[in-house]
Amino acid sequence: METILTLNNLTKKFGYLTAVKDLSFTINKGNVYGILGPNGSGKSTTLGIVLNVVNKTSGNYSWFDGNTTTHNALKKVGAIIERPNFYPYMSAYQNLKLVCKIKGVDYSKIDEKLDIVGLTERKDSKFSTYSLGMKQRLAIASALLNDPEILILDEPTNGLDPQGIHQIRSLIKQIASNGTTILLASHLLDEVEKVCTHVVVLRKGEKLYSGRVDEMISSYGFFELKTDKHEELITLLEADNNFGKLKVEGELITAFLNEPMDASTFNKLMFEKGIALSHLVKRKASLEEQFLQLTDNQ
Amino acid sequence: MLRLINLELQKLLLSKVNKVLIFISFVLPFTVLILSSIKINFFGFFTLELGELGIFNFPIIWHITTFFASYFKLFFAIVVVSMIGNEYSNKTIKQNLIDGLSKKEFILSKFYTIVFFSLISTVLIGVASFLIGLYYSSYTETSIIIRETEYLLAYFVKLVGFFSLCLFFGMLVKRSAFALAFLFVLYIIEWLVFWGAYEAFESSDMAWKIKNYMPLESMYKLIDQPFQRIIITKYPDKMDLAYDYAVHWYELLIVMGWTAIFVFLSYRLLKVRDL
Repeated sequence: METILTLNNLTKKFGYLTAVKDLSFTINKGNVYGILGPNGSGKSTTLGIVLNVVNKTSGNYSWFDGNTTTHNALKKVGAIIERPNFYPYMSAYQNLKLVCKIKGVDYSKIDEKLDIVGLTERKDSKFSTYSLGMKQRLAIASALLNDPEILILDEPTNGLDPQGIHQIRSLIKQIASNGTTILLASHLLDEVEKVCTHVVVLRKGEKLYSGRVDEMISSYGFFELKTDKHEELITLLEADNNFGKLKVEGELITAFLNEPMDASTFNKLMFEKGIALSHLVKRKASLEEQFLQLTDNQ
Repeated sequence: MLRLINLELQKLLLSKVNKVLIFISFVLPFTVLILSSIKINFFGFFTLELGELGIFNFPIIWHITTFFASYFKLFFAIVVVSMIGNEYSNKTIKQNLIDGLSKKEFILSKFYTIVFFSLISTVLIGVASFLIGLYYSSYTETSIIIRETEYLLAYFVKLVGFFSLCLFFGMLVKRSAFALAFLFVLYIIEWLVFWGAYEAFESSDMAWKIKNYMPLESMYKLIDQPFQRIIITKYPDKMDLAYDYAVHWYELLIVMGWTAIFVFLSYRLLKVRDL
């Protein structure tokens, strides 16, 4: 598989604070990656380093085959960081023209990309008159100008209203479906879960997990149960090897599965043992639960 | 190089404030020059014609026009510090780098633009002085006209040096207003150095020599004040006023040295800084 970005033991210290600690991972072509972590976990710093705006303390990173300089590599990358940064006194079109000049891209791309993000009608309005959602869409258009090999987005839905969030997400999905590699930093779990195939989880600058999203949510799920014969059920479940951890909250029993088992099999089993269930739900752990487990346990 | 200038010109010329300031810094000295060269009649009481004073004679005209025109560099200095300050306050410097401009290219695009505008200014002043001189000067032999045209070179070097200083201050403090304030602080520091040197060597000659190496003073020294010279040409008997007003190669060298230092330091600053 073609490698786009490789990080090796990357470390960044701001004085006493270590923002990124010994971080290593690889980005391959064609996947959608999420960098997940609470605020202050080093997501933006990591992106800042590979985008040449933050200086690393130690370690190294390489773009593509490792033979291109970072600023030349960045011409094949599209990236937006935190909030959209443009010249307020220029129109959308003029701003994109400037980006074309920097990246060495033909001006004909401007209209094409403005069309994708739906800003064609407002292309001659000054940037300062744009709403936050429009600014963010313009930023995406700007990042797409050079038909990048990889699109890097840092908190792209931050501060947007629900419609804005929805627009940006469907844009990202649309871009991903065209085969563009995407690296998305976010603290919003459902965002990453909905969009990404791979995930890197960070906490305090350290990597907790990196791999496929569906492997991270690897458990077989759990049953939520209620019955009249409360104590009997608990003893039964504790004796059963198919079940691991048990959680009891008042009436509700949560039983985590060690082996795959579907709800009807379980129901039949209980009935045979003479326990009638008044409540039975089978659920899978969400990324959020996995994430909280990961970030709390260590 | 053209790409970088082109980039910077787009940033500058699409902003109204910058357009006005650039206009002022180029057109104002021009207008003043032309106004001063025409005959002004004060309601029939008397006529003021500066040309009569002989200040538009070759070769002294090169000295006088470049000296006065260089005061208008302050307007363009505002443009220079704001072109850095705005990049920081809009965070577009970050976006530029992310978009694939290298840090070196970023500084060079600013520096080339400075050189570009300094060149335009020099050419404008050169052409205007030449035309006014042709009109007023008592001597129009080619050998006299081209004498002392080194003032134009001095003017160019002075502008580039001064704007590089502004560029460095802009990069250092990131805010346009503070950067301009720093110019004033530097002015005071240079006088403090002068005072310190005077105390140390107990000689004002030595103190001046040291101050002549300071950035602002060295730029000022490139084109010495022409007033004494005008008086000398009017009253040749006042030879006690004689002074060294020529443009010396070492003066040019000092300013070019500072220019290189300021551009390099700006680059270093950008390189080590986390944006």
